[in-house]
Amino acid sequence: MKRSLLLWVPLAAFVAVLLLLAGRLASPDDHVIESRLVGQPLPAFDLPAAASDRPALRSTDMAHGKPRLVNIFASWCLPCAAEAPQLMALRRAGVEIDGIAIRDARADVDAFLNKHGNPYTRIGLDARSTVQMALGSSGVPETFVIDARGRIAHQHIGDIRADDVPKMLQRLEAAR
Amino acid sequence: MIAEAGLIALWLAAALALLQLALTTMGLWGGKDELLGTARPVAVTQGVLTAISFCALVALFLRSDMSMLLVASNSHSAKPWLYKFAGAWGNHEGSMLLWVTVMGMAGAAVALFERALRRDTHMATLGGQAAISLGFYAFLLFSSNPFARIDPAPTNGQGLNPLLQDPGLAFHPPTLYLGYVGLSVAFSFAIGALLTRRVDAAFARAMRPWVLAAWVLLTLGITAGSYWAYYELGWGGWWFWDPVENASLMPWLAATALLHSVTVLATRDSLRAWTVMLAVIAFSMSMVGTFLVRSGILTSVHAFAVDPERGSFILALLALYIGGALALFGWRVGAVREGAPFRPVSRESALVMNNLLLCVVLGIVLIGTLYPLMTEAFGHKVSVGAPYFDRIAGPIALTLMLLMAVGPLLRWRHDNLAALGKRIAVPALLLALSLIALIAIGAGTIGVLPLLGLAIAIPVGVASLAPLWKRKLLRTPLFTWGMVIAHLGCAVSLAGMACDSAFTVEKLVAARPGESIRTAGWTLVFERIAPIAGDNWTALQADIRASRGGGAVMIRPQSRFFTLPPTATSEAALLTRWNGQLYVVLGQEADAGRWQLRIWWKPFVTLIWLGGIMIALGGVLALIGRERRGWRHKWRRAEA
Repeated sequence: MKRSLLLWVPLAAFVAVLLLLAGRLASPDDHVIESRLVGQPLPAFDLPAAASDRPALRSTDMAHGKPRLVNIFASWCLPCAAEAPQLMALRRAGVEIDGIAIRDARADVDAFLNKHGNPYTRIGLDARSTVQMALGSSGVPETFVIDARGRIAHQHIGDIRADDVPKMLQRLEAAR
Repeated sequence: MIAEAGLIALWLAAALALLQLALTTMGLWGGKDELLGTARPVAVTQGVLTAISFCALVALFLRSDMSMLLVASNSHSAKPWLYKFAGAWGNHEGSMLLWVTVMGMAGAAVALFERALRRDTHMATLGGQAAISLGFYAFLLFSSNPFARIDPAPTNGQGLNPLLQDPGLAFHPPTLYLGYVGLSVAFSFAIGALLTRRVDAAFARAMRPWVLAAWVLLTLGITAGSYWAYYELGWGGWWFWDPVENASLMPWLAATALLHSVTVLATRDSLRAWTVMLAVIAFSMSMVGTFLVRSGILTSVHAFAVDPERGSFILALLALYIGGALALFGWRVGAVREGAPFRPVSRESALVMNNLLLCVVLGIVLIGTLYPLMTEAFGHKVSVGAPYFDRIAGPIALTLMLLMAVGPLLRWRHDNLAALGKRIAVPALLLALSLIALIAIGAGTIGVLPLLGLAIAIPVGVASLAPLWKRKLLRTPLFTWGMVIAHLGCAVSLAGMACDSAFTVEKLVAARPGESIRTAGWTLVFERIAPIAGDNWTALQADIRASRGGGAVMIRPQSRFFTLPPTATSEAALLTRWNGQLYVVLGQEADAGRWQLRIWWKPFVTLIWLGGIMIALGGVLALIGRERRGWRHKWRRAEA
């Protein structure tokens, strides 16, 4: 090969890498990691009440013939405050939502719910994250779709954005 | 107010960068060298403004100003002050601000201190620096404003990732960034030289201190990062071939090659086009690394913000700068004349071999890092792990070590093999002896790579001292000392890696308080386990009395729970002895009253980082030696 052509090889190689990177960046992101617990029944737990005006939460409360959401949140978590309006919207759409408050205190949870609204039917206090870990959840907020028979149908990691609300409703419909 | 002042300083700096680019372009276009005198103070002011902006951000973090979005989402008022300080760059926006600050200051230094370069090349270099800075200013101001406010202000922040709450973090990223940005200066020099078609020994001498300094900082940054991963992640390993580790290794490999080729260009005026190419590659690797980390297209423990918009922005910058530089290379380098010739057996060809092997290793690491992306583009998900890198890069790295022992013993221009044979007779004999001895002792029990590594480390160490042989040690130039110490450091590091792989003893037990454990000559008495509390964490701490023959020492591994954000980390307990480290990690409670303990005895593992520090020290000595010689020349000229 002539030397003059050889000099353009680096640019060609670089363009190839660039196209690869751009392609990856443009393709839809799959941050969805299928939980191994999908299809499994909920682990058994019995949590004390986390708020003054909502009852405590037991795993046996969940198998009532109607799919529901279990939302893992905390009063100290900013994204949880950001997702509160979406949870309220789901509640208004008739969805049953139970909460698990992580490493929290009752007074703080009450203040949080006063400020951001209370979509929950029951709220359990998971003071040491033990139930959270048993659910395979590593952060707040996370939301589980529980089907009519009390099995985990879906795990949503991170806050529920406005465009996630219809997807959540679909998943709840599918979990009947 | 501080936030607004910081933001204004940043905007002003960006405006000055634009002015600097305009001035230098006009100067080059119209052949007006005197515009360099105007561009210089602009570059210096720009550096000062970026520093003001960065100081403003640090001040906001130290004051825990929760009305700042960045502070609220990355800091917490209950955090120890060192981590508030480090929190300023432990996030995407802050680290990009640190990047432009270092870049601004480096530009100021080029404007202030560079005297050896031709005026037009100097001006083109400042222009290149301004063009690169502009892209990053745009990135900061348009898509990652570090000074954004949040309204209403939260009562407190979200805290910093506990893994990052470690003194190592306060210094590891800034060191690497200084290195990356140092390479951006070398890149600007290369652009400058291509634009003015002056790729010669004077250009190489002007560029060399920047390459050396960047390389020293990268070496230190990687060494510190490796040690951080070793003790903080609690896996007992010191290198995981994680994409982000590779992102720091690739610029280092390219910079190492550049460092050697720039020496050939400076001393012998050979390898002109190649050196320019390497300067471009070295900075490309810093940018590719930054892109991989920032865009989140690779999964890694290091990923900060996963945001496709930011990824696209960096990718656009990458396309603009690196694509532009490579196009300029293709277009202009044909006009650069071939440098001085050399024979196949000579110092030059040894350095060419060094460059080729380093580039092969670089290619292997790059392909390994990008391979998951390539296969994903075709619908398969794979991950490339340590076995690939170890098996493919390992043998080449070992060959490189052998070459490193021989290279400095060759003469410039041409040499004969018989004379070389005499010079390397002693190390070669040592190599044969150590190979035979190790095969006799360790065949079957030690892996092939660690065995070869051990066999090579000692003779290479001896050979790296050979350039000092029969020389008056005090009159030997400082840069020769630098080379010897850096090469010896490589051998020391290799010895540490090989010893760690070959001789580490690992034990996993479930023990009750009161029990004692024996492993690798140590007796560990698990005395008790009790909760303790720190500034912003609580922990379970095991008290273990460790002894080996003589006096006992208490070691205290912890399993920590951070509340903000809630995370559990394990704090390994390390006990360093001259011949190795005892590494103990406290795990989960196995069943009632029994706790998992993972114990490693790692012989000579500390040599890995000692070697790293020696390599960096060698670089510092070479830098001082070269620069001091330059100053002396200047004084003599001034006197004459």
